Amino acid sequence: MADAVLHVFRGDKDGGQAKEYRVPVAPGMVVLDALHYIQGHIESDLAVRWNCKAGKCGSCSAEVNGRPRLTCKTRMDALPQDKPITVSPMKTFPIIKDLVTDVSWNYEVNKKIPPFTPKPGVEWKMYQEDVDRVQEFRKCIECFLCQDVCHVLRDHDKKESFGGPRFFVRVASLEMHPLDNVSRTKLLKDELGVGLCNITKCCTEVCPEEIHITDNAIIPLKERVVDEYYDPLLRLVRKIRGAPQP
Amino acid sequence: MNNKYETHEHDVLVMGAGGAGLRAAIEAMAQGARVAVVSKSLLGKAHTVMAEGGIAAAMANVDRADDWRTHFRDTMRGGKFLNNWRMAQLHAQEAPDRVRELEQWGALFDRTADGQILQRAFGGHTFKRLCHVGDRTGLEMIRTLQDRGVTMGFDVFMECTIVKLLTDGKRVVGAFGYWREQGRFVVFKAKSVIIATGGIGKAWPVTSNSWEYTGDGMALAYEAGADLKDMEFVQFHPTGMVWPPGVQGLLVTEAVRGEGGILRNKLGERFMEKYDPKRMELSTRDVVARSIYTEVKEGRGSEHGGAYLDISHKPAEYVKQKLPSMYHQFKELADVDITKQPMEVGPTCHYMMGGIDVEAETAQASLPGLFAAGEAAAGLHGANRLGGNSLSDLVVFGRRAGLGAAEYANKAPAANIDDAQIAEAEKAMLDPFARNEGESPYAVHRDLQQSMQNLVSIFRTEEDLQQAMKELEALKQRAAKVRVEGSRMFNPGWHLARDLVSMLIVTEAVTRSAIARKESRGAHSRIDYPQLDDKVWGKQNNVTSRDGENMKLRQVPVKEMPAELQQVLAEDK
Ligand SMILES: Cc1cc2nc3c(=O)[nH]c(=O)nc-3n(C[C@H](O)[C@H](O)[C@H](O)COP(=O)(O)OP(=O)(O)OC[C@H]3O[C@@H](n4cnc5c(N)ncnc54)[C@H](O)[C@@H]3O)c2cc1C
Ligand code: SF4
Ligand code: SF4
Ligand code: FES
Repeated sequence: MADAVLHVFRGDKDGGQAKEYRVPVAPGMVVLDALHYIQGHIESDLAVRWNCKAGKCGSCSAEVNGRPRLTCKTRMDALPQDKPITVSPMKTFPIIKDLVTDVSWNYEVNKKIPPFTPKPGVEWKMYQEDVDRVQEFRKCIECFLCQDVCHVLRDHDKKESFGGPRFFVRVASLEMHPLDNVSRTKLLKDELGVGLCNITKCCTEVCPEEIHITDNAIIPLKERVVDEYYDPLLRLVRKIRGAPQP
Repeated sequence: MNNKYETHEHDVLVMGAGGAGLRAAIEAMAQGARVAVVSKSLLGKAHTVMAEGGIAAAMANVDRADDWRTHFRDTMRGGKFLNNWRMAQLHAQEAPDRVRELEQWGALFDRTADGQILQRAFGGHTFKRLCHVGDRTGLEMIRTLQDRGVTMGFDVFMECTIVKLLTDGKRVVGAFGYWREQGRFVVFKAKSVIIATGGIGKAWPVTSNSWEYTGDGMALAYEAGADLKDMEFVQFHPTGMVWPPGVQGLLVTEAVRGEGGILRNKLGERFMEKYDPKRMELSTRDVVARSIYTEVKEGRGSEHGGAYLDISHKPAEYVKQKLPSMYHQFKELADVDITKQPMEVGPTCHYMMGGIDVEAETAQASLPGLFAAGEAAAGLHGANRLGGNSLSDLVVFGRRAGLGAAEYANKAPAANIDDAQIAEAEKAMLDPFARNEGESPYAVHRDLQQSMQNLVSIFRTEEDLQQAMKELEALKQRAAKVRVEGSRMFNPGWHLARDLVSMLIVTEAVTRSAIARKESRGAHSRIDYPQLDDKVWGKQNNVTSRDGENMKLRQVPVKEMPAELQQVLAEDK
């Protein structure tokens, strides 16, 4: 089989540029295999994160031909063969070296979110239909590709005032947990800045776990914030009627 | 103590942020200890995240007849009675509480119709026992524990690798490591240390394990003077992917068989009928792995040298709901739609039953101040682990290690760090940069993997194992002379140069133990000694320890089981 040509970013916070590598292609090969080939046979100091090589850990995120992707799930034969494959680090996060970026900001955002807090004395019974929608959110592998693609973070760098889609998914998983008993709407509004999201759905498009981030997490959360802060009457009506929360 | 290095001081240092390390840290913190957690990768990415099928606990939500006794019996039988019986007992008794606790910390397992935690069948388990979340149970577990720890406020040191345990001659007093990012060195002072670093699969080329599984914790404990036990027992999971080449070894969860998947050879024969007609596909892993291997060897393998595993007789929607990640894995990586076509599968190096020898109650190793839990520790699984018994192991003995280490730290006087040990470790780390010539660590790693695959694999012989010892000796020489290019900043070649040292220690222990055990038991199959030898080898474990620069092997008797537990084993429901 023919060789593939890759242009892989090499550099650190002081700068760098794409470097060309030729890698022999094997059937079913993914971009991460090509990066490993480079490490093993050409340049052993190429920095890449990975763990599972099966789309389960969310470590190997990068931008392949400009698109945020898990490199372990990006097949070489699904990319155009007639031009070099570019691989660069996620743009939204500060670079450490080569394809490795500093994602620590995400861990800081997570710390702000109050944990699961059950109703006191609750009976530990839950039905599948009640947990289905929360389980969708709990599929998140923290690849941070949605954070990478979201323009609020990527282009406007609002890391101080915006939590990003990953953490809306996380808040949704807690807020919609059948036995959870605290409200995170104030946090959503004030600290995570859910209002800054203008529902472009770019995050949903890149999510490797196919979580419907915008429709199932963000929009219902936005509604909760609106109900609570901007439409007290509607909230009251809903409460009295005991209608299901959105 | 000089101040040349960044130094952190805690009561308890936990190496590893998988299920075992996180559960240990949570417990130690609950006891009031100041805790540091160190891990080679980012928080939430440890191996535990990959676990698919489920966590075994006799909750009896689905099969009412289940109880800890049956779970204990299954575990002992699966382990061919080499297990530490006390660990197997505690594990079976405490697992249900540990699962309930996960639920109370926010984990959302799949549910039964009456609103309880759903359980599925798995190999070697008499009853439906595995609590699960589709086929991403490990993710649910690690996220739950991670969030719990973050809420409690543990100190996490991510992407930091420990390369040496520091001792004061009598006990462990800390550890020395480096930040992967910048390559700077760092010293941890601690009154007790818990090793929860997982397994060793990266020493084989066909494996379900990641780059992290280089046996660091076991090697570090060995170097510091602790005993390793049962090192010959390496589990080859029967069903790894075999095609295409890049995904070779990736795990196909046993849940496929648990949900009714059938194994066939190229003639269409359901071959498990020959090897274990009673349990069929849900026989124990050692048996199924050998069966597939034999079918392939005798010319009845699938197109790419495996067996066919078929779940397509189940409704497509059911398969997608119960095995979503398998569905995607095959669709995206192998162009196979498992709701319509069979998968091709073959054995893959998966799990280490052996490891650091520990006491059942406290998880304390033979070296004072050192504790171990999870895959890095030995004892619970004996000669073969049952699926689902690892995740439960992590939480049961992670918790016990946390308790033990906190208690020890509470009584231990402040530690004194010996600068000479640090200087020695630092020199060893920097040597590969100083060499003007030498081969790449990747080349040595590839050859090590090939030696292990060829010579220390599912079926073993004296001749192969002796040959492996020779090759390991040569590889050790080569590893001592590798050269690293580039800087200390996030340099995988440099990291591998150190990981090689660990891999060479554990693979030597595996090989020596395998040579000694002249019988076939569980995951250890000797073509030249095909029988179980209950008189001699059924009564002793291999223990590896360090004797100066040499590795020493000795046999210790398996502990006698109390009469009431023998009674439990004798019962057959
Ligand atoms: C694909 C797959 C599927 C599985 N499915 C199941 C299942 O369904 N049920 C089941 O019971 N078991 C399953 N297992 C087995 C089980 O997942 C593992 O045995 C278990 O998760 C190991 O957990 P642990 O806490 O011991 O270690 P890990 O989760 O592997 O964590 C090890 C930690 O140690 C750290 N570490 C290692 N070396 C160092 C060092 N030198 N310095 C600092 N930190 C270090 C790592 O960074 C990591 O954080 C599966 C395994 C695999 C690979
Ligand atoms: S939908 Fe909202 S969160 Fe998602 S990418 Fe667009 S702006 Fe960002
Ligand atoms: S929500 Fe999806 S894209 Fe975002 S971090 Fe989670 S898995 Fe990745
Ligand atoms: S390596 Fe785990 S998601 Fe790619």
